[in-house]
Amino acid sequence: MGAQIAFWIFAIVTLGSALAAACARKIVHSAFALMATFFGVAGIYAILGSDFLAVTQVLVYVGGILILICFGVLLTDRVPDEYKVAQPRRWLPAAVAAGLSAVALLGALQATKWPVAAAPAAAESTVEEIGRSFMTSYLIPFEFASILLLVVLVGAARMARGGTR
Amino acid sequence: MSGLGLNHFLVLAALLFATGVLCVTLRRNAIGLLIGVELMLNAANVNLVAFHRWHGNVDGAVFAVFVIMLAAAEAAVALSIVLHVFHHAASISTDDYTEMKG
Repeated sequence: MGAQIAFWIFAIVTLGSALAAACARKIVHSAFALMATFFGVAGIYAILGSDFLAVTQVLVYVGGILILICFGVLLTDRVPDEYKVAQPRRWLPAAVAAGLSAVALLGALQATKWPVAAAPAAAESTVEEIGRSFMTSYLIPFEFASILLLVVLVGAARMARGGTR
Repeated sequence: MSGLGLNHFLVLAALLFATGVLCVTLRRNAIGLLIGVELMLNAANVNLVAFHRWHGNVDGAVFAVFVIMLAAAEAAVALSIVLHVFHHAASISTDDYTEMKG
């Protein structure tokens, strides 16, 4: 019962703030609404029993990606006034695209018989299992991920510095 | 977890994904597009974690960690591209990015 109430609270927070992030007139408001969405999704992970992912979500998304987005908003704010007010937006095609994707996904959900157990596995800490997987069966992808992060770090710093060739 | 089925989480993820589509198609701001993409990635991750719980093996959670890692890399590269293009075009509206040369 407690989990159910928590699920509905986090679901409403997540979807409401995601909608606000999508529709806010100013991009800064959008970024702040996104913070509530990330926290809501972290709560959903916690309800699902994935403690490691809930913490990672807060650390990486709220602590990293959101800060990056805020920096991007602030650094690109030196724009003429015409860009500061929200630009004319395409409500009709956007609503149609979002509605169609929602209908398609929900229809696929209803039509599919998922080959899963009726009840979830017992909730226990996943940290040890995830760490073991990274060091055994997922070792190669894990190393590739570290190389990718290094390349991204160097490349992003190089590109954001501007046009010295 | 009593009373919560797999469908609760899948429907939530589907609606979150549709919100991301709305954001991507509605925005004319390059950073707004990035926000929409992050919403979609989060929706996919909710699905992965939900199936990880219902299947009872760890692969879904590991995959979700990789998705989070790739999202961080993607945000860093996308924002540096936005900053770089902003120096050229003095705008972050996607309608102003009309040329690829120099």
